[in-house]
Amino acid sequence: MVHFTAEEKATITGLWAKVNVEEAGGEALGRLLIVYPWTQRFFDSFGNLYSESAIMGNPKVKAHGRKVLNSFGDAIKHMDDLKGTFADLSELHCDKLHVDPENFRLLGNVLVVVLARRFGGEFTPELQASFQKVVTGVANALAHRYH
Amino acid sequence: MSLTRAERTIIVSMWSKISTQADAIGTETLERLFSCYPQAKTYFPHFDLHTGSAQLRAHGSKVVAAVGDAVKSIDNVASALSKLSELHAYVLRVDPVNFKFLSHCLLVTLASHFPADFTADAHAAWDKFLSIVSGVLTEKYR
Repeated sequence: MVHFTAEEKATITGLWAKVNVEEAGGEALGRLLIVYPWTQRFFDSFGNLYSESAIMGNPKVKAHGRKVLNSFGDAIKHMDDLKGTFADLSELHCDKLHVDPENFRLLGNVLVVVLARRFGGEFTPELQASFQKVVTGVANALAHRYH
Repeated sequence: MSLTRAERTIIVSMWSKISTQADAIGTETLERLFSCYPQAKTYFPHFDLHTGSAQLRAHGSKVVAAVGDAVKSIDNVASALSKLSELHAYVLRVDPVNFKFLSHCLLVTLASHFPADFTADAHAAWDKFLSIVSGVLTEKYR
């Protein structure tokens, strides 16, 4: 189980408070679909995903990205119990959505890249290390109820 | 997997910017690697890996220079990195998972230094390119 020190929680929460969840969510999901195009398999209903501009401008991508990143925000409020926090979502992703958990790892790393792009030098190696723990914890929590 | 012409153009043009900060980027990439993926440190017991260490800086420069060599021979990365490929296969034997960690940390460093240039298409091109480089460096492993 991933463990966060008090200092890590503080720096993570501090940075997250500055994240524009609406925009960063859309950017993260959009980048996932562009950098790893096979992830588009889950989004047939999203319409035009044929180019970078189509994907980044797609309102369904933005809306869903916002939803996903709001969930990450929940994770950050409950860093000591990620498995509990994501239990229902884990079952949903397994039983209804049939998403390979590898996709959670891909999205987590894309999110880290988005944070680096938005925060530049403020996103130090130490802060990145803390966020890598968060995204790994979330990915594992989302995979935890798979069967 | 090979690069499209558009992807090659993106990488070559970004490289001209990156190369002006090559050493800083190399050093930062390694700092990120060792902070986020401590298992990578097991390959450097002989190094001082603290921030600011001369060895870290020298090695970061080496790594980025090799990426630069691959960029300069982007149409034939395998031939440009042939010696390095043998070194990794027969001498260094770094587990292949670490190339993914290093590639990710380089992408993060590029995103952090070049927020405007690192568009989603650029992100895709670099991820693909580094994946090709990693493949070349591990292709002689067995």
